Amino acid sequence: MTKILTVHFDDPKLHELETYRRLGGYEALKKALGMERKALQEEVVKSNLRGLGGAGFPVGFKWSTVPPEDKVPGPRYVVVNCDESEPGCYKDRVLVTRAPHQLLEGLLIASYVIGAKDSFIFIRGEYQNQYDILEKAVAEAEKAGLLGDVRIHLMRGAGAYISGLDTALLETMEGKKAWPRQPPPFPTVAGLMGKPTVVNNVETLSMLPFIVREGGEAFAKIGCAKNGGTVLFSVSGHVEKEGVYEVPMGTKLRDVLALAGGVKGGKKLKCVIPGGTSMPPLLEKDLDICLDFDAIRAAGTFLGAGGMIVLDETVDAVEVAHNIERFLAHESCGQCTPCREGSNWSERILERILEGKGQAGDTENLARVGENITGKVICALGDTVGMVTRAYITKFPDDFKKRVPNHG
Amino acid sequence: MGKTVKYKLNGIEREAEEGRLVIEAAKDAGIEIPHYCYHKALGNPGNCRMCIVEVAGAPKPQVSCRTSVREGLDVKTDSDLVKRAQASALELHLVNHPLDCPVCDQSGECGLQDYYMKIGQYQSAVREDKEHKGKRIVAGPHVMLDQERCVLCTRCTRFVDNVTKTHELGIFGMGHSEKIEVTPGMTLDNAYSGNVVDICPVGALTDRDFRYKVRVWYLDKTDSVCPGCARGCSISVHTNTARPWHNDGKRVARLKPRYNPDVNGHWICDDGRYGFGNLDTDRLGKVLRLKPQKAEMTWFDMSKDISAMLTESSGAISVVASGMLSNEDWAAYKALFVDTLKVSGHYFSAEPDQLGEEDALLRRKEKVPNLKGAEALGLKSGSFDDLAADLEAGKIKTLFVIERDLSEVWGDRAASLLAKARTTILQGPNKYSLGDDFTYRLPATAYVEEDGHFTNFEGKLGAYKKALAPIGDARPDWAIFALLQKALAAKAVAA
Repeated sequence: MTKILTVHFDDPKLHELETYRRLGGYEALKKALGMERKALQEEVVKSNLRGLGGAGFPVGFKWSTVPPEDKVPGPRYVVVNCDESEPGCYKDRVLVTRAPHQLLEGLLIASYVIGAKDSFIFIRGEYQNQYDILEKAVAEAEKAGLLGDVRIHLMRGAGAYISGLDTALLETMEGKKAWPRQPPPFPTVAGLMGKPTVVNNVETLSMLPFIVREGGEAFAKIGCAKNGGTVLFSVSGHVEKEGVYEVPMGTKLRDVLALAGGVKGGKKLKCVIPGGTSMPPLLEKDLDICLDFDAIRAAGTFLGAGGMIVLDETVDAVEVAHNIERFLAHESCGQCTPCREGSNWSERILERILEGKGQAGDTENLARVGENITGKVICALGDTVGMVTRAYITKFPDDFKKRVPNHG
Repeated sequence: MGKTVKYKLNGIEREAEEGRLVIEAAKDAGIEIPHYCYHKALGNPGNCRMCIVEVAGAPKPQVSCRTSVREGLDVKTDSDLVKRAQASALELHLVNHPLDCPVCDQSGECGLQDYYMKIGQYQSAVREDKEHKGKRIVAGPHVMLDQERCVLCTRCTRFVDNVTKTHELGIFGMGHSEKIEVTPGMTLDNAYSGNVVDICPVGALTDRDFRYKVRVWYLDKTDSVCPGCARGCSISVHTNTARPWHNDGKRVARLKPRYNPDVNGHWICDDGRYGFGNLDTDRLGKVLRLKPQKAEMTWFDMSKDISAMLTESSGAISVVASGMLSNEDWAAYKALFVDTLKVSGHYFSAEPDQLGEEDALLRRKEKVPNLKGAEALGLKSGSFDDLAADLEAGKIKTLFVIERDLSEVWGDRAASLLAKARTTILQGPNKYSLGDDFTYRLPATAYVEEDGHFTNFEGKLGAYKKALAPIGDARPDWAIFALLQKALAAKAVAA
């Protein structure tokens, strides 16, 4: 299968500048710097590259919403979102560990297109090793004169899950509580310190060297309609071979599962959480779904950041739902009421059910509360709070029936 | 003003300024959309999710505090979807809210209660225990904090961050364990701290001064003007006369700011808010002659006595007054003392005793409301040092003192200076420290007991209304001046 990001991952020294350059690294940057910025942006539009941090927003279009310098003069920024916190996701960690220069090259290309002289990498606080690796890589690149007039700043998170959301991330960078902003204005218009800011995920930016080198069309061809290139899945759970797998956009869920060696111990599959814990799970019958942003959405769930968790038949859906709700309630930023109160309430209802104290009407109430949260909150975390409970209740009624009397 | 556009509100075509927030435009049209976090002066974080409306074409419900009116906008505030969304947002606000309304000062003016009656679903679905947080936290000299009642609308933190810029309150913790706390090492003691009580839509921040004093539904509310400084903030006087055994027998329960975009906006300072303590203490209610023997008089007899004395001491009269007088008072003052008695010694400047702190927000240096009223009539104040010298030199036969405490002006010298004048008259609502040393004592009404106007330092007129009955025989200052003038005229005719 075609690979883009992980082609050279067999090389144990890929993280070193020398190795990366020997394998053709930073040639794309050189090529990009010789091109018109407008033309580069058009290549990205043509590539159908989507935001791989979870939202799947078309990257070329996002960039095009940055106001031109003659209209809004002053600094503009590119921020790398490396606050990978979604349970089940670890592909950014692998990308940074194995190929930090691929990210830097992508970042420098993006900075050139956007016109950013200061670019930031916001990295999850727990990623100490990756921070060290990046720090070293930036120093190497700087020493080699590759940064040009761009300064790359590393910033570390303090452990809040919500900081992975672009606007909360910007608040964090400004030294504030990680409370998501409510666009408009979008970050591309008023982002970091109120300046036009492009926030892109590690994986997204790492795709850029390939797009510059091979052209947008070549990239688009690798994927499927409107979803260019490849995508990384961090596969974990009940599979034979956990790990990060790179597959073209639109690959069937069944095939990704096969890459990971199938369900562990030959057990039956209960469900697959496709994009990280906050996404509704897919069932055995969904295995032929194509994994791209649009097809998976049509199936009622999300590609997210590719944190694929496979669960076998021994798993109790109530326990899973409770575990996820507990996480979401813990990580709810507390800004808006439905999420702050609703996540905790849902968690406590599920906890009571798990303790064997489920009462008639509990499931219906959970579903109702979930419905009252999703779509009525500030950010995506809140949306998932309601989405998760409702998904598990609808998809695994038997598990709830066992624990809650009179579960409809 | 931006351009006026047409939009639809609940199916009815209306006009509004382009860009006006839907929550405001709806209010203009007489529709109040429930909300906690939105406040005109504190912004629209959109965190309470109460003001949800349905916008045609939008994929999901929108918050009206962050939706702007534009041409062709079609917005519904009363659809089933909106009603359900608001009821559910309220339900979620109440999941952990302690139902301690019977002991909560906010009862009767609480956003949670009001919306519960209007849009609540009545039947609770909560089977879980309530979360417990701090309940009796002394936030500062004036404010108590109850974290359990808080709905985290962040109005108070936005107030201390953006209005006073003092940052005494903050949001600490995360998610459902999040709470408003006093910033470590600080107390909520800025000059405007009481405003957080007003803006708190629930009972999380309450007034220590008002705590457990009287139920708000027993209070009468009267429009008034704060007499605390030259700003003349619009206020509402909340009085308790229905149940005199409440509120420790005091008639005024509290003062609240009244929105006035031209003068004070939404706020008042703590000095003004809590500065009504003397309204019911040491009040004068009887017309008295104190010397040589103490005797009660009728207003008529007093007016005869004093007018005779004023005529007799013509040319040696000085009048001490203060910016506490209303425009009506000043007009009568001028007619009596300037036009009729030709008095040249007027002493009403704020110096030296009626000056205090000022700031860029509201507080003015002159701690009286109406020096402008005197100025507008061409009255000029002499200096109190000169008056003291004149008294020392025995040049003054009659000293008329209106609403001013001389011991504040002259300190320890006041009593001996007062003794230099042959006849002294104190007119005012309070006795002050030298109240027993005067020849006559005339009870005047306090500002809450009369109608009147103050002209603030910018020349803006503020009208205050009578909130309470006068004490005893007290009359407004202007009525006393008019009475004296009438007596003088009668005397002139008789002569």
